[in-house]
Amino acid sequence: MQHESEIREPLILGNKSYHQITEDIVKPIEGKANKYWYILLTVSVICFMWGIGCLAYTIGTGIGVWGSNNGVDWAWDITNFVWWIGIGHAGTLISAVLLLFRQKWRMAINRSAEAMTIFAVMCAAIFVLLHTGRPWLDYWLFPLPNQFGSLWVNFNSPLLWDVFAVSTYFSISLVFWYTGLVPDFAMVRDRAVKPFAKKMYGLLSFGWGGSARHWSRFEEVSLVLAGLSTPLVFSVHSIVSMDFATSVVPGWHTTIFPPYFVAGAVFSGFAMVLTLLLIVRKVYHLESYITVKHVEYMNIVIIVTGSIVGVAYLTELFISWYSGVEYEQYAFLNRATGPYWWAYAAMMTCNVVSPQLFWSKKLRTNLMFTFIMSIVVNIGMWFERFVIIVPTLCRTFIPSTWNMYHPTFIDIGIFTGTIGMFFTFFLLFSRYFPVIAQAELKSILKASGQEHKAKAVSAHAHH
Amino acid sequence: MSTVAIHAIYDDEVPLLETANTLKSQGIKVKDVFSPFPIHGLDAAIGVPRTWIAICAFIYGLTGMLLATLMMWYMMVSDWPTDIGGKPSMAYFMNVPAFIPITFESTVLCAGHGMVITYYLRCWMLPGVKAKNPDPRTTDDKFLMIVETKEENKSKIESLLRNGGASEISFK
Repeated sequence: MQHESEIREPLILGNKSYHQITEDIVKPIEGKANKYWYILLTVSVICFMWGIGCLAYTIGTGIGVWGSNNGVDWAWDITNFVWWIGIGHAGTLISAVLLLFRQKWRMAINRSAEAMTIFAVMCAAIFVLLHTGRPWLDYWLFPLPNQFGSLWVNFNSPLLWDVFAVSTYFSISLVFWYTGLVPDFAMVRDRAVKPFAKKMYGLLSFGWGGSARHWSRFEEVSLVLAGLSTPLVFSVHSIVSMDFATSVVPGWHTTIFPPYFVAGAVFSGFAMVLTLLLIVRKVYHLESYITVKHVEYMNIVIIVTGSIVGVAYLTELFISWYSGVEYEQYAFLNRATGPYWWAYAAMMTCNVVSPQLFWSKKLRTNLMFTFIMSIVVNIGMWFERFVIIVPTLCRTFIPSTWNMYHPTFIDIGIFTGTIGMFFTFFLLFSRYFPVIAQAELKSILKASGQEHKAKAVSAHAHH
Repeated sequence: MSTVAIHAIYDDEVPLLETANTLKSQGIKVKDVFSPFPIHGLDAAIGVPRTWIAICAFIYGLTGMLLATLMMWYMMVSDWPTDIGGKPSMAYFMNVPAFIPITFESTVLCAGHGMVITYYLRCWMLPGVKAKNPDPRTTDDKFLMIVETKEENKSKIESLLRNGGASEISFK
């Protein structure tokens, strides 16, 4: 059996047995939802519906209903796309990269983080599919023969790389998530009393039985998928950044973009995981599994990635000055002091200054502070994408094309709609799916459970 | 001579693993074990061979890489070469840096999905398949070991299992 040092803090608190873990994880599914769940769901669904209305209006009328204009032709659509897809990255980082590094603390959070990834990528996809202008022709994005209406797609274009990267990322994340869910669905199925629930979880669990051969394949599949997802997740946001970096627009044409975007993605993603899990652990009483230690680990990731982002911002400023290119210098001066200086200030405060507060152990183990910070970070990361896109495009080479950007009611509606959709899906997920990978968690109970650790310590003392 | 399947339930994975090793040392074959989570070290004890699924994934990945290369060569170089941004598509090797991202994505796509499909088919896990575990408690907190044996060895194995810590024994 795996041994873990006694001085390492336990990952499962209290005196839990295997059966108790089952009971705790299955409780939200078998029990009745409380009124907070219904309130949150109602609010989310209303936002979602508003978004669908604005979406339908956009499709019916055209993207002229957005605030985007001839100068600022990418605005909230791409800001929101990059923001959502960045949020998704934390899920893969937790489930794949932490699996490769054998970080056991991932087991309590990987399931909901992966769910977050999938829903976030769905939200992101809405924006890219819509911003093409005629979404009913979106199949032109795929390499189809010429008689479908266009030439072959252009494989030199990073926008096409994005099509392949995002669709691969979404589908691989989906099967990774689902394959991990199957044993847990089987657990719910084997306990279900109501015939309908038994039937549904029976269908979802694909007949999983947990035989030794299947577990052996399951572990190999998880490991190989983690190995595949790790370079995949880095490639996705690198390619997203190349949408900008391969252009000749000053302020975008920089080689620092891929690592800086990936770090920013992980930064915002971990913040979103914290926002969701701090609610989930409270509402579903999962404090024994998603412990303060887990929160602290995630906050440490936030300090690291937030600092990388901060260094990237400063490097960008330095290089633009050092380049001696006046357009490049102006692009950054304009970001910091131009008409959108407030967006730049918000970005700097939320992303560079605020995560440094987590150096204090008191603050990074304070749940309320962490919750507020998680929202601050996501606001900051939204502004980062806004700053990259809008202030850059509103002041390009020809001053006669300079103009401001103002979002319309529809822009705001679609963005709110995706937030509504995200939370609707997440709330449904947390109510009907096992939110913690209980099978994995049981396998570390003896090594990382509080009770087992205490026993190991007292056994040492007696010797 | 009739055979009998002995179903032994354990409450913990440690005695089960010890019993499996005892049975192995006596040359008795364990048919299968059903457990709520993977038990490390069990595969060697009950003779589960290392799965080939990672090698399958590698082959699917190579296929994906080849398909993407062929696709981009055909569309960009062979079928309809275009001069985009002053960068004409003369030969595949000249454009290859621009093709790397999609080659990589296609490799991952085919390796991942090919492997997962193989996994589900090899384990025969599909929507609508009947639950494979003989006892529903094995997805919760019980561990089931199945030994198939001839009628004459039944009592000997039964005592081995019981001494190993089995909490319930039944014959099927």
